[in-house]
Amino acid sequence: MRFSIYRYDPDSDKKPRMQDYDIPLEPSDRMLLDALVRIKEKDDTFSFRRSCREGVCGSDAMNVNGKNRLACITKLTEIKEPVVIRPLPGLPVIRDLIVDMSQFFKHYHSIKPYVQNDTPPPERERLQSPEDRDELNGLYECILCACCSTSCPSFWWNPDKFVGPAGLLWAYRFMADTRDLATNERLDNLEDPYRLFRCHSIMNCADVCPKGLNPTVAINKIRDLMVKRVL
Amino acid sequence: MRAALELARADLRVAVLSKVFPTRSHTVAAQGGVSASLGNDEPDNWHWHMYDTVKGSDYLGDQDAIEFMCRKAIEVVVDLEHMGMPFDRLDNGKIYQRPFGGHTSNYGERAVKRACAAADRTGHAMLHTLYQRNVAARTQFFVEWMALDLIRNQAGDVLGVIALEMETGEVMILRAKATLLATGGAGRIYAASTNAFINTGDGLGMAARAGLPLEDMEFWQFHPTGVAGAGVLITEGVRGEGGFLLNKNGERFMERYAPTVKDLASRDVVSRAMATEIKEGRGAGKDGDYILLKLDHLGAEVIDKRLPGIREIAKKFANVDPVTAPIPVVPTCHYQMGGIPTNYHGQVVVPDGQGGEKPVRGLYAAGECACVSVHGANRLGTNSLLDLLVFGKASAERVIADLKEDTGALPDLPKDAGDATLARLARLDSATSGETVAAVGADMRRTMQLNCGVFRFPDGLAQGVRDMKEISERVKHTYIRDKSRVFNTARVEALELENLVETALATIVSAEARKESRGAHDRSDYPDRPGYPNGRDDEQWIKHTLWYKDGNRLDYKPVKLKPLTVESFEPKARVY
Repeated sequence: MRFSIYRYDPDSDKKPRMQDYDIPLEPSDRMLLDALVRIKEKDDTFSFRRSCREGVCGSDAMNVNGKNRLACITKLTEIKEPVVIRPLPGLPVIRDLIVDMSQFFKHYHSIKPYVQNDTPPPERERLQSPEDRDELNGLYECILCACCSTSCPSFWWNPDKFVGPAGLLWAYRFMADTRDLATNERLDNLEDPYRLFRCHSIMNCADVCPKGLNPTVAINKIRDLMVKRVL
Repeated sequence: MRAALELARADLRVAVLSKVFPTRSHTVAAQGGVSASLGNDEPDNWHWHMYDTVKGSDYLGDQDAIEFMCRKAIEVVVDLEHMGMPFDRLDNGKIYQRPFGGHTSNYGERAVKRACAAADRTGHAMLHTLYQRNVAARTQFFVEWMALDLIRNQAGDVLGVIALEMETGEVMILRAKATLLATGGAGRIYAASTNAFINTGDGLGMAARAGLPLEDMEFWQFHPTGVAGAGVLITEGVRGEGGFLLNKNGERFMERYAPTVKDLASRDVVSRAMATEIKEGRGAGKDGDYILLKLDHLGAEVIDKRLPGIREIAKKFANVDPVTAPIPVVPTCHYQMGGIPTNYHGQVVVPDGQGGEKPVRGLYAAGECACVSVHGANRLGTNSLLDLLVFGKASAERVIADLKEDTGALPDLPKDAGDATLARLARLDSATSGETVAAVGADMRRTMQLNCGVFRFPDGLAQGVRDMKEISERVKHTYIRDKSRVFNTARVEALELENLVETALATIVSAEARKESRGAHDRSDYPDRPGYPNGRDDEQWIKHTLWYKDGNRLDYKPVKLKPLTVESFEPKARVY
């Protein structure tokens, strides 16, 4: 199978280049990650992150034929040759497909991603109805792979100011939790021309999310909450 | 992460080194649940949980640690809920619980709902919740730093680690009064594994090179339901929700092997039954080499609510939609019961030379890399997440207590601190030829798969020992082409392979020497016979193996049969 892969090692390369590989695959190679591992067996200088190889750890996000995907759950039969692979767009490249995700995590941390509740906890669990718990579905499953944020033009333009779809999805995950008592502070934290309102519902985020989540819906719900509290 | 949280809350100066971003650690892949006898849906108590765990361990677990864990379970799971863990809920608002293999009510009478679950993403929900609490507690993370070796002084005290910052290639010594290993398992020693690429036993390699023993390494859990061919895990929660296994004749064969709890017997029992069905020609598929996991009768609604991740995995990795067709599965390497020996305070312990044991000053371990031992010869599903909550917290509490007493300055480093590590790195940097890491790694995985699997044979084990000794020489002569300082993943993989090989060698040497069958260690030359239930030899072998890297030396220590407050559970034949 033929691949064209973005290569850049700041230690030896003046600038990035695309490198072609033609690699014979085994019948057991089903996913793009299997092919990348084959390439690495031949050329150990090729660098990328990977871990769980089943789409839950979020390590191997990359841009495949123009779309952000997780290599480990991208079937080889689904992608056209030559497969063009680049690092996630919009983040600084450290080496090859490895990007610097500090900015992405900074936004995630900025939304205070933890349940806030100062009331003394009961001896046993805080109760929550199954319906209230269902409100967290489609939110808590995020794996922080950054496919969404790095496919979002608003994030490309204002990477330092716009929280981005992943961070906002998480922000709503805590607003939606009946155990969290900080919705007002969370809305204050986002009420600013950039942090939330740079989202223009382009919906690339929902299109690329490998877990099938929809950050745009979550962002709209935050907007609704903001409107409601003014009224 | 649980330990880090406790330490950060105690206002100590804590550095958490992780070779991946913390939410990418393999806890994220745990699916079915975390056990605690909350009794939310039906009566349950920690005594039953303890009995199940002791029985599941095939009486090799230390009963003091097991009692400690089962009693603490309720507190740590409720605490996790308070932290924000998105558990599924019952109609009464309490945490949802499902049945799981080997967990029973009233000492083995019938399956009990003890596994606290967040759909089939419990590990993901838990790891993210713990990371999030660490963000709140302002824990200091060193992300993509790989610890390479422990630093010990003449007295044997651990003074910190030497570590590699992957992005820059810098190697640094981090000095500390307390070093806690939470480096996970080494499931990548096998060719067919549910484990992530990062599960390379780094803590075990560090301990072995530092002269510390590894305990009970012959015991590896083969999870009954890995996707055939792909190895990806399908949770036991599928069977907890009512799914079951079929052979090629459509027979629900577990009824023969475990008449009471059937498909919810403990994992060693189910994996052995599956392997027997395949061996005796009743496997499904054109080569008769897998078993079918049927769950379509649960209906789309239950599957989408309780097992959504499984549906996703089956579609992606097995090309079947479990709503309409069974999933092809095979027993797959999943979990390492053995590890770095600790007591139930998380202190790493070594023999004191007088029949007892003593803590190694400055060193602690928790989670899969540690051997407390609560899992003995076979772990029950959901007890691993519980293990890391209970012993993560307990080990941190011990660190806090120890540091309160130790108010002195950091001890001086020995003059040669880090030299051996730098020599290993220098060899990789300067080597101009040699075998590839991929080739040596493949031979190790093949050797272990062939000679140390679900069924073990005396000649296979002996051959495995010879082959692994040879591989442990070959790993000293690997060659990487990549000499860059920046994010050199070839170097990381070479170092990981060294850790894997230590683990694999410990495993095969320990397995060859244990002349009985117990739990996950099943030898053809020690079959079920009168006085030896399932091949177990309680006279000779209720003892823990200790393997030392130096000369592949083996030693043994007694199992702690005495619990903290209750009566011992005496060994008896395991029937499910």
